Parts: sequence; structure tokens; C-alpha cells
Amino acid sequence: MLTPLHNHNTSSLVNIMKHALKNTVLASLIGTSLVASAMATASEHPVKLGLMLPYSGTYSALGEAITNGLKLAIKEQDGQLGGRDVEYVRLDSEADPSQAPQNMSRLVKGDDVDFVIGPVHSGVAMGMLRMAKKTGAITIIPNAGLEAATNQLCMPNVFRTSHSMWQDSYPMGKVAYERGHRKVVTITWDYAAGKEDVAGFKEAFTKAGGEIVEQIWVPFPSTEFQSYLSQIASIDPDAVYTFFAGGGGVSFVRDYAAAGLKESIPLLGSGFLTEGNLQALGEAGEGVMTTLHYADTLQSEANRNFVSAYQEAYGETPDAYAVHGYDTGKMLAQALYSVKGDTENKEALIEALSNVHLDSPRGPISFSDSHHPIQNIYLREIQDGKQEVVDVAYEQLEVPDDACKM
Amino acid sequence: MDLAFFGVQLLNGLQYGLLLFLIASGLTLIFGIMGIINLAHGAMYMIGAYLVYDLNLRLGNFWLAIVVAVPIAVALGLIIERLFLDTLYKRDHLYQVLLTFGLILVINEVQRIIWGGDVHSVAVPSPFDTSLQLTSNLQYSVYRLFLMGVCLALAAVIYWVIRHTRLGIIIRAGAVDRDMVEGLGINVRTLFTLIFSAGVALTAFAGMIAAPLSTIAPGMGDSILITCFVVVVIGGIGSIKGAFWGAILIGMAETFGSVLIPSLASMVIYLIMAAVLLVKPRGLFA
Amino acid sequence: MLHRYPRRVAIIMLALTLCVAVFPLWGPAVFGDQVDFIQEKLTLMVILALFTMSLDLLVGIVGLVSLGHALFFGVGAYTLALASPEYSAASLWWMLPLVIAVAAITAFVVGLLVIRTKGIFFIMSTLAFGQMFFYLISTSQFAGGTDGLFIMFRPSVTFGETTLLDLSNSQTFFYFCLGLLIVGYLFMRWLTRSYFGQVLDGIHDNEHRMQALGYATSGYKLVAFVIAGVLAAIAGMLAAMQYGFANPVQLGWHTSGEVLMMLILGGMGTIFGPILGAFAYEILLYVYEHLTVHWPILMGLTIIASVLVLPRGIAGLIIAPPWNRKKTPVAKEQAAESVIPPNSIQRNEG
Repeated sequence: MLTPLHNHNTSSLVNIMKHALKNTVLASLIGTSLVASAMATASEHPVKLGLMLPYSGTYSALGEAITNGLKLAIKEQDGQLGGRDVEYVRLDSEADPSQAPQNMSRLVKGDDVDFVIGPVHSGVAMGMLRMAKKTGAITIIPNAGLEAATNQLCMPNVFRTSHSMWQDSYPMGKVAYERGHRKVVTITWDYAAGKEDVAGFKEAFTKAGGEIVEQIWVPFPSTEFQSYLSQIASIDPDAVYTFFAGGGGVSFVRDYAAAGLKESIPLLGSGFLTEGNLQALGEAGEGVMTTLHYADTLQSEANRNFVSAYQEAYGETPDAYAVHGYDTGKMLAQALYSVKGDTENKEALIEALSNVHLDSPRGPISFSDSHHPIQNIYLREIQDGKQEVVDVAYEQLEVPDDACKM
Repeated sequence: MDLAFFGVQLLNGLQYGLLLFLIASGLTLIFGIMGIINLAHGAMYMIGAYLVYDLNLRLGNFWLAIVVAVPIAVALGLIIERLFLDTLYKRDHLYQVLLTFGLILVINEVQRIIWGGDVHSVAVPSPFDTSLQLTSNLQYSVYRLFLMGVCLALAAVIYWVIRHTRLGIIIRAGAVDRDMVEGLGINVRTLFTLIFSAGVALTAFAGMIAAPLSTIAPGMGDSILITCFVVVVIGGIGSIKGAFWGAILIGMAETFGSVLIPSLASMVIYLIMAAVLLVKPRGLFA
Repeated sequence: MLHRYPRRVAIIMLALTLCVAVFPLWGPAVFGDQVDFIQEKLTLMVILALFTMSLDLLVGIVGLVSLGHALFFGVGAYTLALASPEYSAASLWWMLPLVIAVAAITAFVVGLLVIRTKGIFFIMSTLAFGQMFFYLISTSQFAGGTDGLFIMFRPSVTFGETTLLDLSNSQTFFYFCLGLLIVGYLFMRWLTRSYFGQVLDGIHDNEHRMQALGYATSGYKLVAFVIAGVLAAIAGMLAAMQYGFANPVQLGWHTSGEVLMMLILGGMGTIFGPILGAFAYEILLYVYEHLTVHWPILMGLTIIASVLVLPRGIAGLIIAPPWNRKKTPVAKEQAAESVIPPNSIQRNEG
């Protein structure tokens, strides 16, 4: 470790106390000189990053991985961004959309952060983006894959360093057809992320000439799959395309294997079906093919360095979530370097962010007009408990985002 | 829908229903006899699953893990009953709802501190880690059949204890008139502790025995909780027989609902419940 | 409910109201740059206070413990979101009546079904109906599914060409919400002291006796259920207006549990208690979240502790402070009567 990481988990409460003291007691008793001197150092104030990620509840593992990746990237810059120290304000987003607007407002108006980084959950993203629109705060989404974020809602101050559901599933449509599958059943949860994911697959697969024979929608967040598996068996398609996240993904893949379907009907999916869950999947995951913008087995130099640095720092292998956090840190570093640490001129800062090019662990990344990453999508297969890269499913894929031209 | 497909779905519905019964039986026992609403029921189910996951890793044997985990669950029930519920018996249900709501928050967070936020699974234990060929391309895990057997056996045992033993007579009498039973020189206080611990253990046991078929993840109990409530309300609160038939009904409804009317799949159990409440506001078997 | 509270209740509540009402005067001096955020938070607390108060009508006054009250909060939010035009502001003159009408109809239909049940069954069936609507909205195309909906413009309040209230101004919106809370409070006070309120009180004490006296108690309970639903929907509409966002989570059972918690923390059956409860709960949550990432443990323990040692809530403390109890046994008795349901053992419905 080169320099100790500058990490104040500043609490707003403490801030309020400080303000109260500063503005009432100090200002009146000691006079204005002290306040004035405090103002003079304002330009050397640290860059404030507001992290609005889940640190409790179901998605906490994702929130932690993103935070770890982000901090690793900034540590590699000697703990600085554009020559300024970094201060983190962590806020637990709890995967609760109804809290999202007020949490966002707390970071922007209460803690006065320069950047908001979050969230993981698409519903929370909607609430955040509503406030991003209202306040103009620069927001970087390090995970949530909802299409609207960079399409229908289209805001100059919003960036995404991860993916959209469409981007990860669209290439699989092409791959499925090329591998000789003609009739496919899709199955996912009946919720926004599932619908967008399957839509991407369907678009590419039907365009190539394949046929979706049945679309199964499972009530969210049910993991009782038996009746659907029986249905799939009786339809007997060439392949099944699926998207379930977290525990649901593990349940589905295990139940699919236990029903003996894996041998006769290949299972295809979006990468988040298996990402981060290899151990829980065990034997059942072998041979499952997914498309995603990252795999920890990628053999590029950037990725090897990243994986070993991450393992050294946190004692575990990074997943796609950690890469999202890492690239967010790299993106900030590059943009702030080019504007020399000036976070006041928002327009220049947004311009600098949109011009970022990264040699990321996942391959080269640049940003589209809608501020969405243009990136490689990899075809991965689980072999011997590892996420092996079979092929590049789509090189430098850009998300259309028709409704958003900036 | 051909006959083979129908038969397979019937089996799926029955198996799901039996599992639901196992999970709901602890809830209805505590409801019916003690008059306590336990919102933390789902959290107990989760604790059972995590316990068996953890012990299975440590001991290397699933069955041994269950043998060790059940007493831990009993102890947990004992502690909760003595610490928190003791003062609530004479108070309104409102307070039970809130206290157990608070317990959910605490238990979920403690789970996260101990076991973290990752997703885990437990391998299907031998000798049940084989499958039967149902149709040309569909297999059925033998463990699911075993699970059905366990659920049926437990249902029979609970029924027998309540109907045909001295303990069962006391339990039924305690449910009707606690003061009278106390007047007869029976320590209702101890009886309630026993029932609550048994209820918690039953629920945690459901989590353990279902662990090889489910995925162990934070918050896994929250979604099962509401389904259990629906089962218990349909069957009639406190009735073991009601919980059994309610569970089978819901298992079948979810299974066939998801295939026949997919657009209503998420609501079908609530629609059934509304219909039951219209006809019999106290449930089918009250 | 004609219980007379000690004078200090009125004094404390007036002082607090005044304090909140003149926040723009003292807020900037205390909170500095954060004043905007604190005022927003205060607005939210006012909205939640109205929501909690609506639940008090059911739980505290009639004795019906609902675990599905968030349903109506969500109905208000979603009615606003779905009825608002995309590129212009709706008029409050028709939006408010619309929200009231939709909520009243929903509450009437749901009420018809759940009023038939009692005790535990009432809790369970309200919970299940809440979840039914939760899934209905979560899976719907028209309501934005799990992502929720945006409301881009707050409704306008105009008379002819003149704008009477500019609700998009956060200070005006704050006073608008505060005004509605005060109106809601006065309405509840009037309601509970009216003939209708006395019948509800009688049902709470002993429903069979009221039936024997010839009252159609179900009808009274249904009307109370509808009124509570409408008030909750107004609060839900305000919440959606504040952040321009409606999400299914607003009608999930966790929201219902939280509002019950606010109610018990404040002190049910007192009308003014719920207001204190909503404020106290939000402040505690804010403090805990800053103390530790494991804040759910602190929140959970607070809930448990308040159930065990403070069943009458903050209102109970004010009505009958512990240091005062021996001196005024009458006040204590009244307080107990008003806060704790007398027929609280409702076992063996099954």
C-alpha cells in the first residue's frame, strides 16, 4: 500500500453539528475571520464521492464488491483524483426504491458530494434518476441495467459504467442461432430487468431467423420452478434462454440440472445468471453458457493485473461487480486529471467524462452519445468450476439508445 | 395438456404443497395454541437453512448437521419466548406483530454478520442424490420424494400428538381456556415455552430439510412468510388439518395457475384467499 | 373519544407545530448549507405523520389492526402518477377529488371483504390484500412494473389565470403539507368527538354490546376503514408529489409494518401521538443509519424495546409522565383507557 487511503466515513450528522457550531457559535463569538480562512482552503477540499449502494440486506455483497473495486482503482492513483484527496460518503441504499429519492437528496443537498455513485438495483435507480434530473448532480451508475437510464430518461449528467440488460443478452441471440438452435423457450421473472433482458435476446435471435416458441414469466421473486421445468420438458425446445439474478439464478440452474434437462436441452443465459455464484452452483453449473461483458479468466494483461491486485487487497477473486466499481474509479481519475481536479465547472467535467477511454480489465471501453459503455461481450462457459471465455460474442457493442442523442 | 404432463404437474403441486405445510405448521401451531402472531417465522426458516449449510461444511455430513442444528433451533425458540414473548400474551396482537417485526430486522442483520451476503447451496445428500426418469426427457429428484415422505410423516405425528396423547389434550384445553388449565394445576407457562420452541424448531427444520432443494440467500424467509400466512388463513388459524389442506390447495393452485393462467400467476393465491374469506371468514377448517 | 388530556399536551403540540412552521426562520442558522435537505426531510415527516394518523383511526380508535395500510398510500401515489399528464402539470382541483374517489372506492371494496374478519384474521387478510395490490402493480405494464413511475410536474393550484400556490417551490410545498396535516388533525379530532366517533369508541370497547344496542357495527367500521384509506391516499399522493416518484415498494407490507411502528412509537388512539411517532421514527432511522451499517439491528431492538417498555408510546409519556403518575392517578387511568385496548386478549379465533 503506497499511501493510506483517505477514507472518512463522514456522517451527515457530524456535518450538521459542525455547521451548527460554525455558523452560530463560532461566527458570533470568534468573528468571521475563522470562517473566512476555512473558505480559503475550499479549493483544496477533497473530492467527495457519494456512494449510494446496498450495504445491508439481499444485495449487500454487490455493494461491497463495487466499493472494493472503486477504492482499489483510487488507491492505484495514490488515493487521489485530479490531485485532490478523496472523501467517501457511504449511504446504505438498502435496495429500497421508496427511500431512493430522499437518500439521493441527502447526498446531493445534505453532504454536497461532487459525484453520486450508485445504485445496484434498477428500481432504486429510477428513484435516484428522478432526483438526478431535478438536481443535475453527476451520477455514475455502476451496476443497474435498466434501459431507461441512458435511453428514455437521457440526461447529460448521468453515466453508466456497467451494462444494460439488452447489451448482455443481445449477443446471445446471435450465438444461439449460430450454434444451431432454432426453437427456444425463454424463462425469466416477470419484472422490468427480466423483460428487458429477454427482449434483447429475442431481438437478435428472431432477426437471425430463430423462433421463440414460448415465453415463460415467473412471478417475481418466486423460486418455485418445478411446474415450469415440466412445461419446458413437454415443449422440448432446442435450447432454453434464461435470466434470473442472485439466489434465483442458482435455484434455477440447480433445479434445471436436477430435472435432467441440462443434457438434452442446453441452458443459455445472460451472465448474471451465474456471475459470483460459481461455488453455490457447484456441479449443476457445468456447461451453462452465458454472455457478459466480463469474465475473471480473461487473459489480457489489464485483467491479470487487476485480478491479482484485487486478490491481494481483499483475499477473493473479483467478479463483474468489482470491475464496475474499478472502472468507475478509473473513469473518475482520467476525467479529473484532464480537468485538473476542477469539479466546479460541471460542463467541462461532463465533457471530460464522456471522452474517457479505458483499458479496462474487461477490454477497451469508451462511452456512447448516451453515456453508455461501448464494450466487448464475451461468450463464457462454466468448465471445472471456472468461468472460461469461449469466444468474443460481440466486439465493441454499442447500445442503440434511440431516444437519447446528446 | 396431455395426461402425462398433467400427472407430472400433479406431483409438483403435491410436493410443493407438502413443503408449504411443513413450513406453515409451526406458524399455525403457535397461532392456534398461544394466540401469537409470529412475523419472524420466515426468519426462523432462513436460520434453519443457514444452520444446516454451516454445520454441513463443518461436519461434512448433512444428516449429522440436522441432528446438531435442531437442538440449536429449539434453544433459539426458548430464548425468544422467555426474553420477549412472555410479557405479550395478555396484550393485543398489535404488539406481537410489532415485536416480531423488530425480530425480523435483528435476525436478518445478524445472519448477514455471521454468514455474509453471498448465495450458498447444500448438495443433495446420499442416498437420495439420484433421479427417476418421469418422461422421455424429464427426471425427478429422489430427494423430492423423500421430502414428501418426511412432510407426510410429520403431519401424521403432529396429528397424533394433538389428538391422542395427554400432552395433546392439555394443548387443546390450553388453547380454549388457559386459566382453567392453570387452575387444574398444569403449568401453562412451561407449556407455552414448549409449544413455541417446538414451533420454531419445526419451522427451522423445514428450512434444513428443504435446503438441498433451495438456495440459501439473505432474506430467503421473507418471501415464504406471506405464502405461509395465506395457507394458514385459508385453512383456518390454529387448525393443523386446515394448514394441511390449505397448503395442498395453494401448492396445486400455484403449480397449475402458473401453467394455465400465467398472467395471474402472482395473484392467484390471493384471489383464492379473498374467495375463501368471502364464503368462510374464519377459514375452511375453523 | 372524549378523554381530556392534560393541558401540557396542547402546549407541547402547539409549541412543536410553531417550531416546525417557522423552520425557514431558524433552519439556515442551525443547519447551514444543509437547510434545503433538512426542510425536505421535514416535509416527508409531515407527510408520514398524516399517513400514521390515518392508521390511528383504524388501530387506535376502532381497534382494527391493519397490516396492509400501505395499500392506500400506494393508491394515492399511483393515482397521481397515472393521471398526471406527461408534459404538463395536472390541476389539483380535479386531482385531489380523483385521488379521494379512487381511494374511497378501493377502500370500500377491500373493506367489504376484510371487515367481516376479526382479530388475527383481520391482520392477516389486510396483509394479504396489500400484497395482492403489490403484485398487481409490480407485474403491470401500465404502471411501470417494478421500476415505478415518474411524476414530472407537481399539480398546479390555480384560480382562473392566477396561480394560488406554486407547489413546485419546496417551501410552499412544505407549508401545503403542513396545512393538510393540521386540517387532517382537526378533522380527526372533530370526528372522534362526534356521535360517529363515540360509536366507534363503543365498538372498540365492546362490539357485541353495541350490536345488542342495535348498532350496525359493520357499517360503522366500513365507513372508518374508508376514511382511513382516503387520508392515507392523500398522504401517498403528497409523498409521490414530493419526489416525483411512485414505486410498488410504497404499497408493500414492509411499509405497512413501518407505519404501524410509527404509530406505536407515538402512542395510538391519541391522534396527536402518531404525529410524534412519525417524526421520532424518521429521526431515529436517520441517526442509526449514520452510526453503523448494521443499523437494522438498532432499529429492530428499538422496536422491541418500545413494545416491551413503552406500549403507550411517546404520547403516553406526555399524558402521564412516570414522575407524575402517583400524584395524578386519574390521569393515569384515563391514559391507560385511551391508549390500551381494554379487550385485548383475543385468543382462539381459530
